[in-house]
Amino acid sequence: MTSADAMNRPSPDSRFGENGAGGANPSTAKLSVSHLNFYYGSVQALHDISLEIPPNRITALIGPSGCGKSTFLRTLNRMHETVPIARTEGTVSLDGRDIFAEDVTVLRRKIGMVFQRPNPFVMSIYQNLTYGLNVNGIRGKRRVPEIVESCLQRAALWDEVKDRLHKSAHDLSGGQQQRLCIARALAVDPDVILLDEPCSALDPVATAKIEELLLDIKRERTIVIVTHNMYQAARVSDFTGFFLMGKLIEHNPTELLFKTPTDAQTEAYITGRYG
Amino acid sequence: MNHTARKKISNVVMFALTGICTLVTVGILFFILGYLVWNGARALSWSFFTQLPAPVGEVGGGMANAILGSAKVLLVATLIGVPIGFLGGVYLSEYGGVGFSFIVRYMTDLLNGVPSIVIGIVVYGFIVLRQHHFSTIAGGVALGIMMIPIAVRSTEEFLHAIPQSLREAGMALGAAKWQVVATIVVPAAIRGIMTGMLLDLARVAGETAPLLFTALNNQFWSPGWTHPTATLPVMIFAYAISPYEDWHRQAWAAGFVLLTLVLSVNLVARLVLAKSQPIHRG
Repeated sequence: MTSADAMNRPSPDSRFGENGAGGANPSTAKLSVSHLNFYYGSVQALHDISLEIPPNRITALIGPSGCGKSTFLRTLNRMHETVPIARTEGTVSLDGRDIFAEDVTVLRRKIGMVFQRPNPFVMSIYQNLTYGLNVNGIRGKRRVPEIVESCLQRAALWDEVKDRLHKSAHDLSGGQQQRLCIARALAVDPDVILLDEPCSALDPVATAKIEELLLDIKRERTIVIVTHNMYQAARVSDFTGFFLMGKLIEHNPTELLFKTPTDAQTEAYITGRYG
Repeated sequence: MNHTARKKISNVVMFALTGICTLVTVGILFFILGYLVWNGARALSWSFFTQLPAPVGEVGGGMANAILGSAKVLLVATLIGVPIGFLGGVYLSEYGGVGFSFIVRYMTDLLNGVPSIVIGIVVYGFIVLRQHHFSTIAGGVALGIMMIPIAVRSTEEFLHAIPQSLREAGMALGAAKWQVVATIVVPAAIRGIMTGMLLDLARVAGETAPLLFTALNNQFWSPGWTHPTATLPVMIFAYAISPYEDWHRQAWAAGFVLLTLVLSVNLVARLVLAKSQPIHRG
């Protein structure tokens, strides 16, 4: 048991009492990760991670390149299983249910994902939105267009694309494409949205739009965002986890972590002494 | 001679040598084209496309039966080569593990290297001898087998070019793997795959050796699918080795028509590919 583990086990009063997180204590955590180890073949990428992710909050994961934060994120919706040599130990549960016991397609519908680079399908804007509906058997002549519109509204993209819904999604700008990808993820109505450095390929204006969007979306959903950018974590998140070399060094309310980090390594990272 | 001068001379020599070889390559193509156009186009007439071959000694006639025969044989070949090659390519790209795919890929290349006449003999043994006669089907099977390796490899390569992040985006929405493959990956690559298939078809359209053992030849219309049939390549062969001046003329015309068809298919294939939308790499 390392000192980091003790840090990760949040006590409800001190961790979630701030930021108005209300009743968000570990027993009502949306996602609960316990003693997670992750291996690529014989190389261990994550070491004994335990973390509670509260509902309706944005949790940011920060750390230097290669620290395991993306690997951790991809474990949460079992996207790591696309790599044949990947292997995990420990438990991850969504609303108290083991994610590894669930059908993977059902799980991923509940836990959506937005990727580092915008990756719209080679289809029209409209079809990008309806794709998730189709594969999940959601139909309806009135219902489908309603979902498309409301998700594009939610992603602050509707006004820009409403006149060209049936044009190729690849004609949109990078920022628009990434908002389309967020709308696409919202369309299947997930409980949790995972974002893997969603703004790393975008300019500051497009980044600001996405951040605004996330603050809006968190009212209904739980968000976990991996970011390279500490300022982004500070701007949007309620909780921040700091990863270093496959370990979760510190996990605390964002304000606390940035103002008074409890771990010397966290402090060194956020003050720019390394990373 | 000093060092600098030597370098200059070898530079000139290398430039000249590589340049000449490039010119020879292009020159050969234009020589063949020109020679065929010169001999073939002159021999071409409307009756070539509409009439049956004329009896020996009678001038005129055409190769309508061979044109239709080639079309039928190629149709059978496509029905065999395209589905097997396509699905095999999908397996290699999307499902095959690293080690197994490597072995299959290697064996596919071996199949591609099997001499076409050997494939002809095998089909002769398995189909022609059992049916007790040559047939369109047998010819189509031989050419279809020849199409498979290139169909597999080109499908696999175009699917490989689709970024992994598109597959992940589909899976992240709750799509099963086969849904991702069928509705995202294949549609994104379909133009490239079609191009590969067209080029593959154009390649086997000129094959002669396997047809000698399977479809044989026919001076008349070949009804149905189980009779010997004339095809353009075999007709060229039969007419070119004949002693008759008029048949030589017809062979040139057939060569010209075959080349025009193959080049047109090539051109269409390139156009299909050029129109395809580039995917932003991620």
